[in-house]
Amino acid sequence: MIGVVDYGGANHASVINAVNNLGFEYFISDNKKSLDDAEKIILPGVGAAPNVMQQLQTKDLDAYLKLTEKPILGICIGMQIMYEASSEGNTDGLSIFDGKVKKFEPRTDKPVPHMGWNEVRFNKTYSDLSGYYYFANSYYADVSEQTTAISSYGDEFSAMTSINNFTGVQFHPEKSGSLGYQFLQRFLSL
Amino acid sequence: MLTKRIIPCLDVKDGKVVKGVQFDNHEDVGEINDLANKYSKDNADELVFYDISASTKNEVVETAWVKKVADKINIPFCVAGGIKSIRIAEAILNLGADKISINTPAIENPELITELANEFGSQCVVVGIDSYFQDQQYNVYSRTGDATTRTKSNKLTHSWIKEVQDRGAGEIVLNCMNQDGVRNGYDIKQLLDARKISRVPLIASGGAGNMDHFYNVFKSCNVDGALAASVFHKNEVPIKLLKNNLLNRGIRVRI
Repeated sequence: MIGVVDYGGANHASVINAVNNLGFEYFISDNKKSLDDAEKIILPGVGAAPNVMQQLQTKDLDAYLKLTEKPILGICIGMQIMYEASSEGNTDGLSIFDGKVKKFEPRTDKPVPHMGWNEVRFNKTYSDLSGYYYFANSYYADVSEQTTAISSYGDEFSAMTSINNFTGVQFHPEKSGSLGYQFLQRFLSL
Repeated sequence: MLTKRIIPCLDVKDGKVVKGVQFDNHEDVGEINDLANKYSKDNADELVFYDISASTKNEVVETAWVKKVADKINIPFCVAGGIKSIRIAEAILNLGADKISINTPAIENPELITELANEFGSQCVVVGIDSYFQDQQYNVYSRTGDATTRTKSNKLTHSWIKEVQDRGAGEIVLNCMNQDGVRNGYDIKQLLDARKISRVPLIASGGAGNMDHFYNVFKSCNVDGALAASVFHKNEVPIKLLKNNLLNRGIRVRI
């Protein structure tokens, strides 16, 4: 069973469709007891950092997510809140990953949000799945020692960050066509 | 590096995909899901569904097909047409749409742009602008889905492009009405001007007739995406061939 975390009022349809189309059973929950029944947990990529963190704190999920040993995949904002902090609303994150999330500086030759298909280069586990993935983000994290995939928009940024049982991806695998589905299949099967 | 997007627009009227010449004389071109699946397989980068009956008839976009599309396709898609409130936008996003696009409702209630951006994030909020060159200036038009309701607004395109960004729009689709449906190419001059003042992604719309038109708009205007309808629906510009053609000429696209 895959547990998809409910931040309240957010759009989970894309992630759920993807998990369902790949043949995995899932449930949506904002309750840590329920999530404890999941084999893997997905933090979906919808909403803004302040709201998402507030929801997690209200539901007492922040400490739970930080301490769990289950494999967790954070998508987009779900990845960003795993960092120490985000400049989006000056929000403190879960401090699972080292470093802070900041905003792209908009220019007419580098519009923000960073929206569309960009090249992702994985190292390690997913290297055969390098290719184009869909992004829709205004905030990003720098490449660090925890970076396991790189993408570039003006400068390089972390497209995937991993430590222990935690994985965060800045792109949206659920919206990245067949390659994105292969990525999710790999994560959910591992 | 971020690639340039090729975006088929499926104009939906009464549950069918239609596209006419200069917005009039609409003709049916196919079922929504058949076309959505086809474009997804052809490597289209995203899809826009524009319910052209909604804004003109004061109706809300009929949402049953949004869920059908979301269940089937795994590339991003945007829904436009008659989205006048947070509640309607939320319903559409909850069915699985990635973005909502507002045009007439933004003109009639500009505050809606800010409210939507605050609620869902700028990356969800696209503003469509129908721009018509007349009396030596580019004017913004509303209710353009039907010739009988088309109205010149009190806004000039240049200042409206700036305003919608300040209000939180995350993307602009600039539809150059003089070019729409006539297939003489995108309005390079207008899009170049728009690019100079757009800090958010800018999508060209109106006028695509052949592959060169796509190449020209990317090369000359550095737009982030090019939207078209009839040339794709009638398979006059097959998307796979188009993307190979662009790549061979140095435009970065996803193959």
